[in-house]
Parts: sequence; structure tokens; C-alpha cells
Amino acid sequence: MTNTHTGTVLADQGSADAHRPAAVSVQKLSKRFGAGPFAITALDAVEIDIDQNEFFTLLGPSGCGKTTLLRLIAGFELPSSGTIALQGEDITALPPHRRPVNTVFQSYALFPHMTVAENIGFGLRMLGKSKAEIGTVTERMLALVQLEALAGRRTDQLSGGQQQRVALARALAPAPRVLLLDEPLAALDLKLRKSMQLELKSLQAETGITFIFVTHDQEEALTMSDRIAVMKAGRILQVGNPRQIYDRPEHRFVADFIGDINILEATVLEARDGVATVRLKDGTKVSAGTAAGAAPTGEVAIAIRPENLRLAGEGESATITGTLENLVYFGAASNLHLRLPTGEDLVVRVPGTFAEGRYTPGASLGVSFQPELTRVLA
Amino acid sequence: MTEGSPAPVLRAFRRRDLRAMPGFKAMAWLCIIALYMPLAVLIIFSFNDNRSVVRWTEFSLDWYAKALANDGIRNAALVSVKIALFATVISTVVATMAALATTRTRGFRGQGLVYGIINQPLMIPEIVTAIATLSLFALIKRLTGVTGVGYLMMAHAAFCIPFAYMPIRARLETMTLTMEQAAADLYATPLKAFALITLPLLGPGIVSGAMLAFVVSLDDVIITLLVAGPGETTLPIYILGAIRRGITPEINAVSTILVAVSVLLVVLLFFVQRRMQR
Ligand SMILES: Nc1ncnc2c1ncn2[C@@H]1O[C@H](COP(=O)(O)OP(=O)(O)OP(=O)(O)O)[C@@H](O)[C@H]1O
Ligand SMILES: [Mg+2]
Repeated sequence: MTNTHTGTVLADQGSADAHRPAAVSVQKLSKRFGAGPFAITALDAVEIDIDQNEFFTLLGPSGCGKTTLLRLIAGFELPSSGTIALQGEDITALPPHRRPVNTVFQSYALFPHMTVAENIGFGLRMLGKSKAEIGTVTERMLALVQLEALAGRRTDQLSGGQQQRVALARALAPAPRVLLLDEPLAALDLKLRKSMQLELKSLQAETGITFIFVTHDQEEALTMSDRIAVMKAGRILQVGNPRQIYDRPEHRFVADFIGDINILEATVLEARDGVATVRLKDGTKVSAGTAAGAAPTGEVAIAIRPENLRLAGEGESATITGTLENLVYFGAASNLHLRLPTGEDLVVRVPGTFAEGRYTPGASLGVSFQPELTRVLA
Repeated sequence: MTEGSPAPVLRAFRRRDLRAMPGFKAMAWLCIIALYMPLAVLIIFSFNDNRSVVRWTEFSLDWYAKALANDGIRNAALVSVKIALFATVISTVVATMAALATTRTRGFRGQGLVYGIINQPLMIPEIVTAIATLSLFALIKRLTGVTGVGYLMMAHAAFCIPFAYMPIRARLETMTLTMEQAAADLYATPLKAFALITLPLLGPGIVSGAMLAFVVSLDDVIITLLVAGPGETTLPIYILGAIRRGITPEINAVSTILVAVSVLLVVLLFFVQRRMQR
């Protein structure tokens, strides 16, 4: 394994380092199930390049094709078209047992007739390693996931979290180049889930293995990933690091799927150098950032997060003024629900104590938009 | 006494609690008596110190000693076990392959039909199967001139297949493909995945299939009666012949041994299936 951790790749996807082929490169990958009028397109011309040592997350709603993409990379399904390459080597047609890729299954799929240690050693045994080597690696893996005491147990006598860790150790033991994890934390309760998130993240840093992680939990995706691919209906809408995905969503779906966001209809007046001037429905002019290289025209939408909106102070000029309809207090913060002259709703988040007794429904409040935190959506 | 009043009956009915229904206990006992009374009589009189099978005098094991010393019985038992073992091995292997082919392959056209064809013999009256088998064997014998105990063995192996098939298939259907995929993911070749994962997990199903086949073969009368050549007397056939000459406690003793063997197998089967559920 190389030591140079590339960390987050800010450049556009596809511009993988010429000297180092992508850990996983997926080109025009499509998968259809069934035939004729009942065919389902689970993946539609998907393109991704995943870097070495990257923690890459596939995020999307149920049925968007996350599992299908993992199964294609693992080799359990063959693509309808397209190619998959591992460090530059085409593996599209290789059977699963010849791919240096391991999977942590959502259901764990531990072998019930084997002990914890036998499960963990299975991969190495299949690779024909010596008993001594299998023993050493198994010991190390058991220590890594803190299950030394349970080495001789049968897997059906373990708790959910323990099974999850065995599945992880079993997949890590053969030191795969890529580890595929299909919602590995979905079955765990919240507390265990949080601690496993941290464990997974540090494990990935320690082993230097490329992780492809599937989740439909946006918070999990944001906290753990180097980069996230947001999927919808078999397509990848946007790839980027958590900040890019959260702060600069390029699609209405991405914006809506992750966190709370205000979306307002607008018409583009002018767009240049990544900044557009748009007109809201009531005629208010607003500046907003656009996706790199995009030159939007006509009817669009702008998006801005509640926490990125500021209430205009006394004497300050506001971008737009709305009527307070509702105030929702939830501890650390409060949401002010405003009705705009455009007829649309706008949610502004203010610190919890700040809102206390200060605003009454019906009040007129000025809100200022910061252009760099306001986005034009495709 | 509220037991007979309509309210509790209705309540029991709504809750689908069979045990609270009036007359449930009586009915249950009646069923058990109907099922086991004949066996009880058979077993009791096998220990009777008397030639009669209806008049009890004293306890003795004489009839067991006689039965075990009887060459006819011993030979018949040996033939039975030989045939049953052969039939079990062949039918279990075939049934395992058939079960794998009908569940572990990509769906193919006519899969349902194959399933039906394998199970159909269970629906055909045994006498029909027996006559059909007899006709086929008669034809083969006339064409080839080959005779011997092989025919009976083949007949048993054939009619045991659907019995062995059922539990094996049932077991396979509860096993998802994920296990084999996990093995393949961990570099197991298809052959190794089969030997190290599929087969061990399928084990309990195969064992129950084999035991079922063994019991069915051991128990068979009709097909054996028609197909068996001279000297190929199985235990049930021997017992049938002996009864024609009048029931003696010796037959009771042999039958009791058969019951004991089958109870043993059922108990074993129970434990195997309990392991299966885990
Ligand atoms: N073997 C299959 N046969 C037919 N359709 C399938 C098959 N596997 C997946 N699909 C379909 O492909 C689409 C994508 O499924 P996939 O399992 O990849 O979704 P997912 O993103 O993993 O969803 P979830 O979050 O619910 O796990 C779905 O519409 C699903 O019904
Ligand atoms: Mg899935």
C-alpha cells in the first residue's frame, strides 16, 4: 500500500492521476433486470473513478441502484453494458472469486457452521496461505475488531454488533484492494452505530484500503466520507466531498435529499464566472453561485440552507422581507418560518436563545442572502 | 360451571385457542388411543408367555429369542437392510442433485414442471407404480435375460427419490444464495464453495432425506411383492407370509423390533431437524 494519502480530491471526477490509475474505475456501466416491457434499469450509464485509499460513499434513496452497483463491482452480477477496472485492470468479466475485492454484506452472511476465527480465516484459507500465516492474520484481525475473547464462538451466539465486526474482520483479513460495505451499520442501534462509524473510519485510515460504502443515511455519509456520490434512479447526480455536496449542490434532488434547504423559483438574468444574477417571482434580484462551468439560463431554482440565512439588523439593507408565520424552537436553534412576497415559504435558522421572546407571528423581518452560500440548481 | 356456556366457547373461538374449546381433551385422547392402541396390543402380546395373541398369561422374552433365532426372519431382515441401504444411497444422491438443480440454478423454462415430475410419484397409487415397474422389468428381462436382486434394488431406489427430495429441497429453499456469494467473495472457487459451504449447510436436509428414504424402503410391501424374485424376501414380505399361516407372538416380536427401529429413526430425525432450525 502506498502511504501518500490523497485525501479529498477536489478536482472533477474523471481527472484521475495519470501516474496512478483509479482504485476503481467504472465506465458507462448499465444494468437492466428482466426483458421487454418489464425491464428495470437499475443502473444507467454510471461513471465513477474512485481513488486509492478513498472513503467513497454511495448515497441515495431506496431502490436507486446502490446495492446493484456494489454487486457489479464484487462480480455477483454481470453488467448489461460498460466496464469496471481495478487499478487500470479490466475486471468486468472476472468471476467474484478472482477479484481482489471483499464485501461486508448487509446481512453479514457469516458462515453459521464455523467459529469466529474460522470465518475470519476463510479468505486466506481459500488463497492457499499457510496455517501459520492464517493464524497470525486472524489474531491481528481479532485484535483490530476487539473480539479476541470470542475467537472460538459460533457466530450464531453473537450480538448484532459483534457479528458486524466479524463480518468486517473477515472481509479485511485477505487485505483486499477494495472493501465494499453495503449498509453495514443499518441493523445497529443508534449508539452502537455512532461508535462503529468512528471505528470504521479509523480502520480505513489504518489499513489504507479503499472503502466503497453504501448508505441512505445522509448524516452518516457526511461524517464518514472523503467523497460522496448522490444517486437517484440508477444515475449519479453529483460527486463531491461532503462540503461540496452540502454547500454547493448542483441538483434540486441533491439539495433536497441532504439536510434542510429552501428552494425558490427564479429566472436567470445574467450568468458569468460562476455567479448568476436571478430574479425571484416578486422581482427581487439575487446573486447566486452556479456549478463550475455551467451557464444556466431561463427558469431555474435557487437553494439556500436555513442556517446560511441572516436576519437583517436595524438599518441594514435586506435582500427580501417576509412575514413571520411560525417559530419552531428545538433547543440549540429555532426555525423562523417566513412567508415571502413571492408566495413561497422561507425558513431561517437562528440560535436558540436568540429567538426567545423576540419575534411574534405577523412581524415583518428582513433577510439577507449571501451570494456565496446561495446556489443556482439545474 | 361456566365451561359449557356460550361465552367462553365464543371467546376461545375468537382467540383461536383450541385448548379452551369444550371436548378438546376428550377428542385428543380419542385420537391418541386410535393411533396407538393397536401398537400397544401388538407390543404387549409380544411379551406374552403363551402362543395366544389375545389371552395374557405371563411376561417372557421367549418370542424375541425365537424370532432372533429364526433363519427366515434373519435372512429377510438382512435382505431388507441391504436393499434399504442401497436405495437410500442412490436416491439421496439423485435427490440432492435434483434439489440443487431446481433451486441453485438460474431459473429455467419448465422448472415448475420438473418439480411436479419429481413429486408426482407420491400422488400415484402405489399399486399402479408397482405394476408399471413390474411390466418394465419384465420387458427388460425378456430383452436382456438378466435376472437378480438388482431389479428390486433399482425399484426401491426409484420410488425413494421423491421422499428424499422433499426435505433436501425444503432445506435449500431456506438457504439464501448469500452464503455462497460470501464464499466466492472470499476467493472460494465454485467447487470449494459447494464443498465447504453449501454441502455442510445442506447436511441436515440430506440426513433427513436419507432417513425418510430408508424408512420408506424398509416399509415397502406392494412394489416389493410384485417385483421381488424368488428368494428375495424382505421383512415385511416375510411377515405377510407368516401371518397367512396364523399370527404368532413371534411376528409380534419382530414387528415390535421394527417399531423400535423406526421410533429410533424418528427421534434422530427430530434432533437433526432441530439443528436445522438454527
Ligand atoms: N435481481 C433483481 N431482479 C430484478 N430487479 C432487481 C434485482 N435487483 C435489484 N433490482 C431492482 O433494481 C433497482 C435497484 O435496486 P438496488 O437493490 O440496487 O437498490 P438500493 O439502492 O440498494 O436500495 P436499498 O436502499 O433499498 O437497498 C430496484 O428497482 C430493484 O427493484
Ligand atoms: Mg441496497
